[in-house]
Amino acid sequence: MLHFIIVGVLVIAMSILTYLGLTGIGLLPVQASAQAIPIDWMFDYQIMAMSFLFSLIVVPLIYSLIVFRRRKGDTTDAEHIEGNTPLEIIWTVIPLFAVITFAFMGAKSLGDTRRVDPQAMVINVTAQQFAFSFEYPDYGFTSKELYAPVNKQLLLKMTSLDVIHSFWVPEFRVKQDIVPGRFTEYRITPILEGVYKVRCAEVCGGGHAGMQSFVEIVSQGRFDDWVKEKQAEALAASQTPEDRGKLLSTSFGCFGCHSVDGSLLPNGGPSWLGLFGSETELEDGSTVLVDEAYITQSIMDPASQVVKGFSPMTFNGTDAGLTEADLADIIAYIKTLQ
Amino acid sequence: MKKFFKSALARGLLWQLIGSLLGAGFVTGIRAVMGLDPLGRFGFSEPAWVFGGLVGTLAFLAGNGVASDWAKWARGIPTHDHHEDPSGWEKFINVSLDHKVIGIQYTLTALIVLGLGGTFAMIFRTELAASGLQFLNGTQYNTMMGLHGIVMIVAILLGIAGMMNYLVPLLIGAADMAFPRLNAFSFWITIPAAIWLVSSLFLGGFDTGWTGYPPLSARAPVGMQMFFLAVFVVGWSSILGGLNLLVTVARMRARGMTSFRLPIFVWASIATSLISLTATQLIGLSFQMVMFQRLFGMGFFDPAKGGNPVLFQHLFWFYSHPAVYVFILPGLGIISELLPVFVRKPLFGYRWVAMSSLGIALVGFLVWAHHMFTSGMNEYLRVPFMYSTLLVAVPTGVKFFSWVATIWGGKIEVPTPMLFVLGGVVVFLMGGLTGPPNATVSTDLHLHDTYFIVGHFHDTMFGGFVFPFFAALYYWFPKATGRRMNEFLGKLHFWLMTPSFLVMTFGMMRIGLLGMRRRISDYDAALGFDTTHLVLTVAGFLIFTSVLIFVYNLFRSMKKGEVATGNLWNSRSPEWQVASPMPAHNYDRPFEVVGEPYDYGLPGSKFVEFANPKQ
Repeated sequence: MLHFIIVGVLVIAMSILTYLGLTGIGLLPVQASAQAIPIDWMFDYQIMAMSFLFSLIVVPLIYSLIVFRRRKGDTTDAEHIEGNTPLEIIWTVIPLFAVITFAFMGAKSLGDTRRVDPQAMVINVTAQQFAFSFEYPDYGFTSKELYAPVNKQLLLKMTSLDVIHSFWVPEFRVKQDIVPGRFTEYRITPILEGVYKVRCAEVCGGGHAGMQSFVEIVSQGRFDDWVKEKQAEALAASQTPEDRGKLLSTSFGCFGCHSVDGSLLPNGGPSWLGLFGSETELEDGSTVLVDEAYITQSIMDPASQVVKGFSPMTFNGTDAGLTEADLADIIAYIKTLQ
Repeated sequence: MKKFFKSALARGLLWQLIGSLLGAGFVTGIRAVMGLDPLGRFGFSEPAWVFGGLVGTLAFLAGNGVASDWAKWARGIPTHDHHEDPSGWEKFINVSLDHKVIGIQYTLTALIVLGLGGTFAMIFRTELAASGLQFLNGTQYNTMMGLHGIVMIVAILLGIAGMMNYLVPLLIGAADMAFPRLNAFSFWITIPAAIWLVSSLFLGGFDTGWTGYPPLSARAPVGMQMFFLAVFVVGWSSILGGLNLLVTVARMRARGMTSFRLPIFVWASIATSLISLTATQLIGLSFQMVMFQRLFGMGFFDPAKGGNPVLFQHLFWFYSHPAVYVFILPGLGIISELLPVFVRKPLFGYRWVAMSSLGIALVGFLVWAHHMFTSGMNEYLRVPFMYSTLLVAVPTGVKFFSWVATIWGGKIEVPTPMLFVLGGVVVFLMGGLTGPPNATVSTDLHLHDTYFIVGHFHDTMFGGFVFPFFAALYYWFPKATGRRMNEFLGKLHFWLMTPSFLVMTFGMMRIGLLGMRRRISDYDAALGFDTTHLVLTVAGFLIFTSVLIFVYNLFRSMKKGEVATGNLWNSRSPEWQVASPMPAHNYDRPFEVVGEPYDYGLPGSKFVEFANPKQ
């Protein structure tokens, strides 16, 4: 009996210490969204349950190893105890109710993360290897970064141009895959101003690690200024083919793989700096002049001409619905990069 | 060396090479005639590699002679029931029908493949020791990481097959498995598969990780196809092995061995075999569909052709989640089997422990979509899958409570096998406790695809397989060889591996919670994970070193180990009642079960009684 009392006390003490230790070291990143609150509430109960169950098993185990160790020279067996049916029933039924309770709490906290605000601001997210782009349909422009006002629900309508990606900002907690051929929904209400990063969380190829964009949460006032700035930029940019081309290259995600400063991006393609008018060697050993015809063919039918040392481009202009006018604008932009 | 070149293994490998070239050449010829480009980026075209791989696999089996008895029967030629094995080491590289030899073949192959998987881990762990790309590019990293995953899975499948093959007939008093030729076939088919698996490394690799999700896997290099082919072929081994085991237990038990007098490891093997017999088809099917999508343009998972990429995930996880129970149930069975021996007390609640294995196996079929909470499948499906997944905790809890109750009040001895049993309990507990947050949808939205998951499943795989596997090797090594393994080296192995492993998985979970994603070749230095990653890498190398110590101990003890031919652990189990090493056809006298398997501490009781020799 004494053994049980000692172990009982130790289990309680160990549970409390484990719980305090785990919560004390700061397990999660800052809480930057309204959806993070019910999720962290759930985490807290789980850490409690874990601390208790950990102690419940480990304390008697270690206690037995110390107290019930075989004495030197003792060759007899221990007491013959085959089992105890009421005890087995207890430790089947209590956990059964516990898991049902936890599942219920899990469903409740999931429901809280899915609360719909009909006034939510819609942003269309397009993912592709290895970039995100954000279109603001209400304001008529596209951005490489997600910029949003604090305390306002965002509804991200997401799709992918190639493979499966996933949208995850650790400070927001919630994660949602982005699937080609369909739209998935991501609702989030940022509650803390700051600069975060969205990172792709579903392996999407060699450049997966680097697939990320800035997420900037600002006050409503600063957001309005940013919108005006972007709109002015978009207006100015639509005046000349070169600027339109730059804009198109952003929205089609070209910069996920091609730099404009001469560097090579991981698992990407050749840099656009000094590309136009250069001679390039193809995989089959032949050399071609980079002109309008070559660039057009490379975009619309990427497998036909692969540059030596690179994999075929994953972006396909025909599939993505690039028009001839778009192509002309993009080529005009590439020509400026000398 | 001469013995090697004359062996079935060498013959099979040679035939595999020739068969592959013929198969690939055949397709290349057809392509040339049809006016298609006959060659591809890696010499042969992709269809030629796949067909060559298939023909090569069959050629291996034809060449090494594992199917020759069946061929003889088909032609009406009688064969011997048994084939006598040569006495030397060469029996392990030739076709044997003895379940003990096959068990050891499986185990040795598992150790080799385990070493290979560990080497891949060391390579990419070194890359991750600091932020920034050091010496691998993204695709190479992904290939290493994907191969580590699948190679370890194959190693585990081989390891459990090794334990079940060696132990189950001995524990139930059978002379062999029910279908010895099928048993040999199940083993030998894994060898060509393992070769194709590694060949993917030289055929452009694959950048998808071991899950091979399309559309990414539909665009990956040819290596992806060899990976699919290899897994497809290994699946045959699992299915046939499961079938063989179930029939063996159903038909070949000793007299008096009723359901609830079966050794507990046999119950675990039944539960495992039920899963591998009925679920493995689904991973084969899902991979085959991607293979066909690539080869024949069938757009199963291609949205542009009306396919559905999420469907693949359902098919894939319908096997791949139950598969984790295939990996752990035998290990948990080993824990339950060895604990009573070392605490000298009966297994607490034997029937409950036996039924909890079946419970885990059955509930395990209803939980697959918990891998897909963020996948974009129907939202409302997430809650029922959360309930079913959390239910797994109940039978798992029964096991833990029963183990603690078994240990409580015992007379505990802690030689090396018991150390690994206890290590397995603690490590599996860590894996078990970190499971429910992943099963709960709301918290999983944060945890999915992070290092938290990586830490969690390494805990379950080590606690559920690696630790019990080592315990079993230390424990039954004397049965197989008549010598015991060195205790000091065994303890060194344990005390080097366990703390390093716990540090490694805690570190993984910690940075996972803070935002470290899975399957990334590089991480943002701004996250501040550099120090932790360095610690993880050092811990990984310590684990690798400890396994090298084990391997040294294994080979050294085969020749120089202390002789141990008797009932070394003072066990009640039938295999320890006869002298070690076990004779070729097992028990020369049949035994009858006259008591309970784990009645330690009950004076005068016996589990089995051997028949009188002169009757």
